[in-house]
Amino acid sequence: MTTAANTVAQKKGFGATLWDWLTTVDHKKIGILYLIGGGFFFVLGGIEALMIRLQLLVPNNDFVSAGFFNELITMHGTTMIFLAAMPLLFGFMNAIVPLQIGARDVAFPFINSLGFWMFFFGGLFLNLSWFIDAAPDAGWTSYASLSLASTGHGIDFYAIGLQIAGGGTLMAGINFLVTIINMRAPGMTYMRMPLFTWTTFVASALILFAFPPLTVGLFFLTFDRMFGGNFFDVDYGGNTIIWEHIFWIFGHPEVYILVLPSFGIFSEIFTIFSRKRLFGYSAMVFATVLIGFLGFMVWAHHMFTVGLGPTANAIFAVATMAIAVPTGVKIFNWLLTMWGGSIRVTTPMLYALGFIPSFVMGGVTGVQQGAAPLDYQLHDSYFIVAHFHYVIVGGVVLAILAATHLYWPKMFGTMLSEKLGKVTFWFFFIGFHMTFFLQHFLGLMGMPRRVWTYNADQGWDLFNMISSAGALLMAIGVIVMVINIIMTTAKNERVGNDPWEDGRTLEWAIPSPPPFYNFAQTPLVRGLDTYWIEKQDGNKKGYIPAEPLSDIHMPHGSFIPFVMSLGLFIAGFGAMFRVEHSWGLPVLIAGLVLTFLSMSLRSVKDDLGFYVTKEEILRTERGSK
Amino acid sequence: MAHDIEIIEKTPAEYNYKKRNADRAMRGQLMMFALMIFMTLISFTAVQAGFSPLFVIPVILLLAAVQVGLQLYYFMHMKEEGHGLPAMFMYTGVLIAFLTVLTFVTIVWW
Repeated sequence: MTTAANTVAQKKGFGATLWDWLTTVDHKKIGILYLIGGGFFFVLGGIEALMIRLQLLVPNNDFVSAGFFNELITMHGTTMIFLAAMPLLFGFMNAIVPLQIGARDVAFPFINSLGFWMFFFGGLFLNLSWFIDAAPDAGWTSYASLSLASTGHGIDFYAIGLQIAGGGTLMAGINFLVTIINMRAPGMTYMRMPLFTWTTFVASALILFAFPPLTVGLFFLTFDRMFGGNFFDVDYGGNTIIWEHIFWIFGHPEVYILVLPSFGIFSEIFTIFSRKRLFGYSAMVFATVLIGFLGFMVWAHHMFTVGLGPTANAIFAVATMAIAVPTGVKIFNWLLTMWGGSIRVTTPMLYALGFIPSFVMGGVTGVQQGAAPLDYQLHDSYFIVAHFHYVIVGGVVLAILAATHLYWPKMFGTMLSEKLGKVTFWFFFIGFHMTFFLQHFLGLMGMPRRVWTYNADQGWDLFNMISSAGALLMAIGVIVMVINIIMTTAKNERVGNDPWEDGRTLEWAIPSPPPFYNFAQTPLVRGLDTYWIEKQDGNKKGYIPAEPLSDIHMPHGSFIPFVMSLGLFIAGFGAMFRVEHSWGLPVLIAGLVLTFLSMSLRSVKDDLGFYVTKEEILRTERGSK
Repeated sequence: MAHDIEIIEKTPAEYNYKKRNADRAMRGQLMMFALMIFMTLISFTAVQAGFSPLFVIPVILLLAAVQVGLQLYYFMHMKEEGHGLPAMFMYTGVLIAFLTVLTFVTIVWW
């Protein structure tokens, strides 16, 4: 399959192609940009993880220094959460959600592009800390007293980099909310939305409410460290506990921001490869919303040992355990979706099957920690490390890898090798359990979290060694996947609309990759699993058009988002070096001026977009058949 | 670019119906406006009259809350159809903000 747009793209030179990607506002291309950006940071975070495990391979190791180890764990956590997991999920949301609801793009294509570039420059800013000064070293939670005491510019990089990247995330979240509320095709009622769209919707609502607290917290930290503020400084009447509350008011919903879209991806996989509609669809939707809501009521369970008092601890413990109920509803619905289905164990399905036991284990240890008295024993031990890796790797990373295989044909028009995919899965899955299962017991044996090294003969040696070996297996799995991607791209065997043959939702009704306007005619939705219904009715076109074929209004690309984000990136350096270098203040001002100038340029310049003519659409559609 | 701009003419019945509705809305707006000014007057008078602050502050806060409601529902049209979702998001935001404030005044010690 070659769409007209593709043929044109192939004739373009390198410069023109680069310019096209730098200025694109197309949700499918931004999705790919998110995958590239997130994938890059995922590899960085992975390398950091390998170095951590290498240091802990044997007792009394001195592979890295204690200070460098702190930087490694901090950057591993921060990178994986903010710069890898979230952007990778955003990549799939961008690429798939507008297709699932029958839209031609997101509600605000310009803001979509701005969101990506802010994430990218924020992440770049944070990671430049390795080369410029020192990386942040107060843990990914960056608790205030420790982070205020940290010397060098590490924590400054953390505060400013996350501020920029977090702004991008907030924009992306608002954009998805508006898109899903306003841009659904005719007939796509809320209760006909595919589960991935629903979970994206709820996760975006969580972003809307959870990221402002992070913004406030990071500004407090920025002021305390760079502009002489005393929000957290106890000596001057500040309160260091405030950071913990603000961070976890954001930080707990953040977990659900990551895991809900993953649930959505797995819901899609279970239905497609069981050839059944989702069991208990409305219960699934309700459980998603309930998890999102309860996610805001439980943040203090990260702070049981702070000394909030028995009343507060009891309230938050009960609320925490309540979340197990809607999560259990989801698990049973997935099992019952498979029950009696005609199951095909493809690579994505393999990930989904592996996800259920892995995630349930993470959930069960979560409920254990929800019991405040037990948490006093488990707090800051390797048990915690095991728990959150079971949730985030067993839930989110498996979902991302599954989605890579599931949606690769839709995004790139080629099918990843199933054989290599399964090799990746087994390496990754076995490696994952090897690495983290034993860490539960290391924690129970008393090994503290974030520890640089340990003495021999405490019974920790063997488990740590097995744990490190597992990390290597995971790395091999990821390398096999990269080889898979390169081979698939080189072979370039194009696939049709519905490469998995059992696609149920609208994205599978259009070519892979879709033409840049997605749907030649806006589709009419007649029920849940729109494409499945049409297939059952023998509709060869894949969807019923809701409108006659006419010219399509599309937005122009724009370079302004790139410049706006670049301005903030530059201003960040100015803010950081303001005190010790004379060029600091001018650079801070120049960066902000650049941002505000490009903002006003955007406001002043009328860009009304352009029309794709009927003739061009017909030509493209014929070409893609 | 030949993009058909659709012009829909109103029938007389439709016109009358819309006009009646508009008139009613206008009357509502004016009444609420008068009410808002009246409440503002009460607040200022309460301060000027020199009552005990223990009385004045709760009264002013109460009136302020009522005014925020009126502002949202009448002048920003939240009482009209199709505002359910914004209302839901606003109330969720209010709830979360309330919980945060509650936390800070109860379990964060100084």
